[in-house]
Amino acid sequence: MPELRSEIMTVNMGPQHPSTHGVLRLVLQLAGESVVGADTTIGYLHTGIEKTAEQKKWQQVIPLVERMDYLAAQSNSLAFCLSVERLLGVEMPERVQNIRVLLAELQRLNSHLVWLATHGLEIGAVSVMMYCFREREQLLNINEMIAGFRMFPSYIRIGGLREDLPPGFHEAVSSFLDAFPSKLDEYEALLTRNQIWLKRTRNVGIIGKEDAVAYGLVGPIARAAGVPYDVRKAFPYLGYETYDFMVPTGTIGDVYDRYLVRIEEMRQSTRLARQALARITPRGVYDIQDYRIVPPPKDKVYSEMEALIQHFLIYSQGFTVPAGESYVPVEGPRGEHGFSIVSDGTNRPYRIKLRPPSFYACQALPRAIVGGLIADVIAVIGSTDVVMGDVDR
Amino acid sequence: MPDHLEIPILTTTVEKMVQWARRSSIWPVTFGLACCAIEMMSMSASRYDIARFGAEVFRGSPRQSDLMIVAGRLSRKMAPVLRRIYDQMPEPKYVISMGACASVGGVFDNYAIVQGVDQVVPVDVFVPGCPPRPESLIYGIVQLQKKIDQQRAFG
Repeated sequence: MPELRSEIMTVNMGPQHPSTHGVLRLVLQLAGESVVGADTTIGYLHTGIEKTAEQKKWQQVIPLVERMDYLAAQSNSLAFCLSVERLLGVEMPERVQNIRVLLAELQRLNSHLVWLATHGLEIGAVSVMMYCFREREQLLNINEMIAGFRMFPSYIRIGGLREDLPPGFHEAVSSFLDAFPSKLDEYEALLTRNQIWLKRTRNVGIIGKEDAVAYGLVGPIARAAGVPYDVRKAFPYLGYETYDFMVPTGTIGDVYDRYLVRIEEMRQSTRLARQALARITPRGVYDIQDYRIVPPPKDKVYSEMEALIQHFLIYSQGFTVPAGESYVPVEGPRGEHGFSIVSDGTNRPYRIKLRPPSFYACQALPRAIVGGLIADVIAVIGSTDVVMGDVDR
Repeated sequence: MPDHLEIPILTTTVEKMVQWARRSSIWPVTFGLACCAIEMMSMSASRYDIARFGAEVFRGSPRQSDLMIVAGRLSRKMAPVLRRIYDQMPEPKYVISMGACASVGGVFDNYAIVQGVDQVVPVDVFVPGCPPRPESLIYGIVQLQKKIDQQRAFG
């Protein structure tokens, strides 16, 4: 019998592919059905945001950084504001910190819902996507309430918040938080013990503990592999040390573990958000009230000369930040997420640089894909939850 | 004609019928680039449900689709890919430029972003916003349907 001829086939997956989460390109080496080599090619969404930010005033950078990791807009702006505020040497009032915690946790829910929607859709669970987007719309309604914008509210500003919370905010958030745990049960009923889901995700795309550390992975991917690293616990900011929550970890680091970790994170975020909401008064201080950095209230601008001058200065030349460097990481939906900023003492940044969690996840993708089957590539990409806006910037 | 043979009949021209068929089932290609793609997904999901306008069948292959929604910022590295996908789509084909970045470059007036996808492919409808609300995109699709209705179906 003649020997079966076989050869390695090179297949391009992406940059236009319905399941590569935007414009990720994978060059796969296939021997039949199994993947023997993989290369990630990035840069198809390079936007030059970091360079553009150098031409903007400090406060104007916030809309730009929100569009970096577009599923975690408020985590981006929070990380940026914390870094700038450390250089400015200002301390936030407690109410502002609590509101920021609440917004950051709602943003995590928002991002994880999109992750579950797309991940489910790619493996074939279309109804999960419909359910997840249903809940996400309620979060977007809350965003619209505070800022009039669905995805990028630009509500967290350097020096506090843009304005005070609107009337009806507490009711909207608490009715969402009351209903959400039962919706999570609904998703779990569809997936957690679903045989198809288990067969597609268990023991697939394993990234073990050593690999996770070696590749510099953070966030749910690292925690699914058993690395209990969470910035909220390791380097608390915004008073996270006063909140009661746990950091879920997995055991072997396969796709299923990452799914379980993120589901549990959503439950913990709901708990955190409820605690934060209980601490927030409906009305109160919403910025540092230092009128060299934040604009004075409108009624003062119309009645006091001093306030009018400050208003004019802030909107024409902005404020200056003392020369120096700072880096304050936050725990974004995808892991440690922080801006390294350099100031030369002027009203514009000298350089800003994001530490993107997705970039490191992209780097570890070949490790998880090679040795598996081509059908599992989609499941692995979905479970790492890479956002190309975060990788390429 | 005997009474028992009376059946409901509508008369029309072949052209009108073709236009009706085309505008009622616009199949978009899954071409998400950045933030706008998330709003495009919202448009097809439960709350906005683009199936009401016959455009819910997102196709993974450009060879099966009629409409390309350019959702997001187009980098210079991505531009040749966009053009190739457009070329792979069968005629008649339409393009919606979704969002400020796709239409004019948006806030990213820099070295990396193509300042408007109309430099690469012909655009039928521009949808403003950053990102546009799903309602805006639905309005854009309805505008495209009107445009298809007014175009000659043949030639």
